[in-house]
Amino acid sequence: MAKLQLREALRRAMVEEMRRDERVFLMGEEVAYYDGAYKVSQGMLAEFGDKRIIDTPIAENGFTGIAIGAAMAGLRPIVEMMTWNFSLVAYDQIINSAAKIVQMTAGQYQVPIVIRGANGAAEGLGSQHSQALESIYAHFPGLKVISTATPADAYGLLKSAIRDPNPVIFMESELAYGTKGEVPDEEYLIPIGKADLKRDGTDVTLVTWNKQVYNCLTAADELAKHGISAQVLDLRTIRPLDEQALFDAINKTHRMVVVQEGFPFAGVASEIVTRVQETCFDALDAPILRVTNRDINQPYAPHLEKMVLPSVERIVDAARTVCGR
Amino acid sequence: MSVTREQLLDMYRMMSLIRRVEELAAKAYTQRKIIGFCHLYIGMEAVAVGASTALRPDDVVVAAYREHGQILARGVDPKHVFAELFGKDTGTTRGVGGSMHMASREHHFWGGYGIVGGHIPLAAGAAFAAKYRGDDSVALVYFGDGAAQQGVFYEAMELAQLWKLPCIFLCENNYYAMGTSLERQSFLQDMSRRGDGVGMERWQFEAFDAVEVYDNISKAAEHCRSGKGPVIVEGITYRYRGHSMSDPAKYRADGELEEKKQRDGILLAADRLKKEHGVTDDELEAIKADVDKQAQEAYDWAVAQADADPALLYDFTYASEAH
Ligand SMILES: Cc1ncc(C[n+]2csc(CCOP(=O)(O)OP(=O)(O)O)c2C)c(N)n1
Ligand SMILES: [Mg+2]
Repeated sequence: MAKLQLREALRRAMVEEMRRDERVFLMGEEVAYYDGAYKVSQGMLAEFGDKRIIDTPIAENGFTGIAIGAAMAGLRPIVEMMTWNFSLVAYDQIINSAAKIVQMTAGQYQVPIVIRGANGAAEGLGSQHSQALESIYAHFPGLKVISTATPADAYGLLKSAIRDPNPVIFMESELAYGTKGEVPDEEYLIPIGKADLKRDGTDVTLVTWNKQVYNCLTAADELAKHGISAQVLDLRTIRPLDEQALFDAINKTHRMVVVQEGFPFAGVASEIVTRVQETCFDALDAPILRVTNRDINQPYAPHLEKMVLPSVERIVDAARTVCGR
Repeated sequence: MSVTREQLLDMYRMMSLIRRVEELAAKAYTQRKIIGFCHLYIGMEAVAVGASTALRPDDVVVAAYREHGQILARGVDPKHVFAELFGKDTGTTRGVGGSMHMASREHHFWGGYGIVGGHIPLAAGAAFAAKYRGDDSVALVYFGDGAAQQGVFYEAMELAQLWKLPCIFLCENNYYAMGTSLERQSFLQDMSRRGDGVGMERWQFEAFDAVEVYDNISKAAEHCRSGKGPVIVEGITYRYRGHSMSDPAKYRADGELEEKKQRDGILLAADRLKKEHGVTDDELEAIKADVDKQAQEAYDWAVAQADADPALLYDFTYASEAH
C-alpha cells in the first residue's frame, strides 16, 4: 500500500479513468501548462495532450456550460474549479442547467459531469476565497455532492463520480492537498452515498466530512483524556445523505455533535440534526449540537480567522456539553 | 507637455514608493508577517500613478486584488497598507480585508476584490450613481487581461454604453492571467476591441510611461465627463514578479522579463525628469532615499500596531446606521 498525498490520489483516479475511457477529459483554469493551480493535474498534459487536458480562460459560467453541453452529447467532462468560491460565477449553469436537465427532458438527456476543486478556508484568504459551499449545492435535487479530504476516499469516490451518469459536485481541500494517507495499490471504487466510521466509540458521535475529519479525530483523542469515548462518522457524501449510518450512530451513542465548516444558517448540519431528531427522537439523550463557522464572513487576520472556523477546542467543548462532563 | 515638472516629480516619487512598499511586502511575506494571497504590483506602477494623477479626488476607483499600488497612488498612507497586510486594527480595512481587500472611503477607493471580473460592474454602478445625481465625477475600474474573458465584463460594458455611464474601463494588460499568456486565453490580443461589440469608444496604449498613461486617462476622463458615455482603454504593461507570492513564474520566455525592464516606468520617468526638466541624478537619488525611509518607517509603525480587534468580530456583517 502506498502513502499518497490527497492531490496524488485525486490525480491517480483521473488518470486511470482517462486511460480506461476516451470520453473523459479535464478542463479548467491552469490545469494543463501550469500543471494545476494546486498541482492536482501535474503531469497529465504530458500523458494526455492538450486535446484532453484543456486550459480555459477565466470564464467559469461559459466553460462550465460548455462542459455540461459536452456531457449531454455523451462525453465525460471533469471540470476543475480552481476553488469552489469561483463556482459561484458558474452557479447558474450548474443549478439551472446541470441539475435539472434529466428532469426537464424526462430522462432523455443525462449530464455525466464531475465538477471538482478546493473547498473551504485555507489560511488568510479573506472573505471571498474562504468559503465552504456544500450546503448551497446539496440544496438542489439532481446534484450529487461529495466532500472529502482523505486520500483513499478521494480516490475511490472520484472514480465513482466520473462513472456516475449524473452531475457530481466534488469538493476537496486546499489545506489537505499535501496530506498523506494509505491508498491500496489495486483499483477500487467507493460507492457514492456511503458514510465511513473513521473511529469507533460509545459515548458520542462526531459527524463530519472533508478536512474537519482531521479535527474530529484529534478532538476524539482529546475527549478520551476526559474519559469520553467519541466515534467519528465521516459522511464523505453529503447528497445523497447516508441516513442509515446517522440513525445507527445515534442509536448506539445517543449523543451527537455535527461539525461542519461553513455558515450555520440552513447548513448541511441543520439538515442532519433535523433528520436524526425526526426519526430517532427516542434515542436522543441530549440535544444534538452543531459546530460550524461563526455566522460571519471570514476575516483576514490569522487570530480572527481561527475564532471563526470550527476548531478542536470547540468540538471538544460541544462533545463534553452533550455528554454532561 | 502634459504634466508639469512638479507633477512628474510627484509621479516619480509615488512610483518609487509603491515599488519599495511592494519589495518590503515581499520580504514580510517570506517571514509570514503577511499570509494568504499576496499579489505585487511591481513593474506596473506607471499605470496606477498615471491614472490616479489624471483623476479628480471625487472620482471613484474600483480595483481587483493587485491593488496595493493602486490604493497608494490614490493617496492612502503606506502605514495603513502595511497595517492591513499585517492584520492590524489600523489597517485600511481594520485587518479584516487583508492584501486583496483594501478600501478607503475617504479616497473614493472602493476596494480590493478577489473574484476575477466581479468588481467591474460595481464601477459602472458608481458611474450610474454619478449620472443619477447629476455630478460630473467619473468611475474608473482596473481589471486584468484575464478578467476581460468574464461574462460579467461584457454585461457591464453593454449597460454602461446603453445608459451612457461615465465609466472608464481600464484593462491592465500585463500579458498573463496567472500562468496563462494572453494568446492562450483570448483569440483577440487587443482587449479594448471588446468594446466594439457594444459600440464603445475604445483604444489601446502603451502604459510603461506614466506620462502616457496620464495623457490617455485624461482623454478618457474628459470623454466621460462631457457626457459622451463610457470608454474602454487598454494599457499594455507587465508584472515583474509571479502572479502571487506563491508563483515562481516559470512560464515566461527566456529574456522576456529583462526586455520588459528596459521600459521600466521609474526609469522612464527619471529620464524625462533629467532630459525635459533638468533634474539631476543627485536630486533623484535624494527622492529615492526619502521614499525608502518613508516606506521603512511605515513598515515599522505597522509592525508595532495592535492586532485586529476581536471585539469587532461581529461588527461588520450588517451596517447599523445608514450613511
Ligand atoms: C472567478 C475567479 N476565477 C478564478 C480566480 C483565480 N484567479 C485569481 S487571479 C487570476 C488571474 C487573473 O488575471 P488578470 O485578470 O489578467 O489579472 P492580473 O493578475 O494579471 O493582474 C485567477 C485565474 C479568481 N480569483 N476568480
Ligand atoms: Mg493579467
